[in-house]
Amino acid sequence: MTIMIDTGNRIAAKAAIMAKPEVVAAYPITPQTTLVEAIAEYVARGEYKGEFICVESEHSAMCACIGASAAGSRTFTATSSHGLLLMHEMLHWAALARLPVVMCNINRVIGPGWNIWTDENDSISQRDTGWIQFYCSSNQEIFDTVIQSFKLAEHEKIVLPVMINLNAFILSHTSMPAEIPEQRVVDEFLGKHIAHWKSDIDNPTTFGNIIGPAYYYKVRRAMQQSHLRAKKLIPQIAKDWKKSSGYFHGDLLEYYKCEGAEDILLSMGAIGAESKIAINELQNEGQKIGLARVRVLRPFPTEEIIKLGKQANLIVIDRNISVGLEGVLFNEVKAALFGTSDIKATGFIAGLGGKDVTYKDIKSMCRKAIQGTSKAQEWYAMED
Amino acid sequence: MMRLKDFPVDECLLQGNAACPGCPATIGLRLVLKALGKKTIMVVPACCTSVIESLYPHTSFDIPVMNIAFEAAAAGASGVEASLRQQGRTDITVVAWAGDGGTYDIGLQALSGALERGTNFIYICYNNQIYSNTGIQRSGATPYAAWTTTTVGGKNELRKEMGDIILAHHIPYAAQTCISYPEDVFSKVTKAKNIKGPKYIEILAPCPPGWRFSMDKTVEMGRMAVDSGAWALWECENDKMIFNGKSKLILEKKIQRKPVEDWIKYQGRFGHLFRPQRDEKRLKAIEEYVDSLWDRYRKCYLGK
Repeated sequence: MTIMIDTGNRIAAKAAIMAKPEVVAAYPITPQTTLVEAIAEYVARGEYKGEFICVESEHSAMCACIGASAAGSRTFTATSSHGLLLMHEMLHWAALARLPVVMCNINRVIGPGWNIWTDENDSISQRDTGWIQFYCSSNQEIFDTVIQSFKLAEHEKIVLPVMINLNAFILSHTSMPAEIPEQRVVDEFLGKHIAHWKSDIDNPTTFGNIIGPAYYYKVRRAMQQSHLRAKKLIPQIAKDWKKSSGYFHGDLLEYYKCEGAEDILLSMGAIGAESKIAINELQNEGQKIGLARVRVLRPFPTEEIIKLGKQANLIVIDRNISVGLEGVLFNEVKAALFGTSDIKATGFIAGLGGKDVTYKDIKSMCRKAIQGTSKAQEWYAMED
Repeated sequence: MMRLKDFPVDECLLQGNAACPGCPATIGLRLVLKALGKKTIMVVPACCTSVIESLYPHTSFDIPVMNIAFEAAAAGASGVEASLRQQGRTDITVVAWAGDGGTYDIGLQALSGALERGTNFIYICYNNQIYSNTGIQRSGATPYAAWTTTTVGGKNELRKEMGDIILAHHIPYAAQTCISYPEDVFSKVTKAKNIKGPKYIEILAPCPPGWRFSMDKTVEMGRMAVDSGAWALWECENDKMIFNGKSKLILEKKIQRKPVEDWIKYQGRFGHLFRPQRDEKRLKAIEEYVDSLWDRYRKCYLGK
């Protein structure tokens, strides 16, 4: 085991390389660029022996990953914001084709105007593509989640692509220490990639030709069933990883001081990490408040949210918005609670366009929610 | 050059496929797959071939086929090729098989990228000069004055010269051929199979419903295109350009090309140039365009 002090992007690249994908295809976009550059350095040093395809667009990056995965290889890519949006069609394709592509997405604002800071509208707008979606809050979690994602994606009961999200700059460009296990540990944990289907000259099949409604209906149901199975497998795989590496990042939510809480804050990504400081201070001030950081948005942790809804009032901070409705996490939390709880749920939109969200802001939002002085869905710190 | 009677008897395109009667794509597929053999993985974007494959869970192919999105053939093939290289399976040929819409237009960026990266694959464009799978709409390959459902009075623009775009990539092998010349197709595909790096072959594929001619005339329609000079047979190996068959004779002025009119008068898509009265202006423009094409070929490849 070694300690690596480096940025989220470079630690993600380290994890990806240690997972030994046979093919990496990627296209640079700020703020993912340093991740791709790190992979290029591994190639130059001979530490990565797979194929590194520098494609001419993110769309082609995903297509090349699809082709490589369909030919039987473990594959990895990374992107951000507009790059992720350009991939949109192929994100659906990878999931429907049941190809276990693993991808890091650096959560960045969508233009216009050009803005390279963080919010989560890029990945949120891809939530219906069939990809499993993780949201990380530290560089250690990025490392562990990337490794675990290969295991999950390639698991015979899943066989789906996985997206690991990390906030632009707050994680992608911020150095933090992460414990890196020996290569042997990763090798033993992941094992050799076994393709569950592939284009094979010894067993020639046609993949993706015209499919009638009855069969297609089954394809969609099978995807849904795999997502539901993933809810059990994600913690299981994390437990196995803990046995190997000592680190556990694996529940669908990370619970922080929720015992006895009468209010629970729900948030994702870097705001989730910042929220811990806010919770500490609010508890010191006598508030009975805890934190549940949502790590997995798809599959959605419905059962866990229902449990929280039986215990406490919920406060949700969204760094995203489904325009014309509300914050997506807030909306989905309320949908999960429907008919099971009559607790109060309060939603805040915060940090869009990369606007800073400090622990003081989080405390302020929590206080407003607890005092009942906030609107049903409030734009926090919006100057008119 | 291997003679037709000596072609392999094995068929990788099976009977009972879902192509239209008289389909040139199936003629091309039979020839291409006879040349490539069973150690081939084919990547197919949206095009008529995605229909010809038949309905899941059936298939009309006896080789592995991977369908991919419309604009994605060359990028998808790049991934397949990289994977096979990692597996040490360099004995398998990766071929992308796409229509002219998927090549000239929506798939051009991915194709250019794959060629520039030196991807070891064969990209074959079967060119029927229209979006045929969607029901006959104009593409960048549609010739001037041709009717399509989106150029109702005839196309106002000239076709794109895809060959020039490909040659600008200076890949090891590029060729143009036509389904009416099976030995030419077979020879070019075989040659491409044995060259490392990116290879591009374009096959003219006269489409009976798209061009509006009788389904028993597919092969003849291709021959007439070459005779008229509206389509040229050539191959370019390591930047050395050779014209083949009648195209060579036309280039060297050993024969006169036939009037394009002799070809298009049999196609309903040009019917508006002949009925109710002759459209002399556009007929003249068509001949002048083909003349200018050959003048340019002669300047580039004969130096005169």
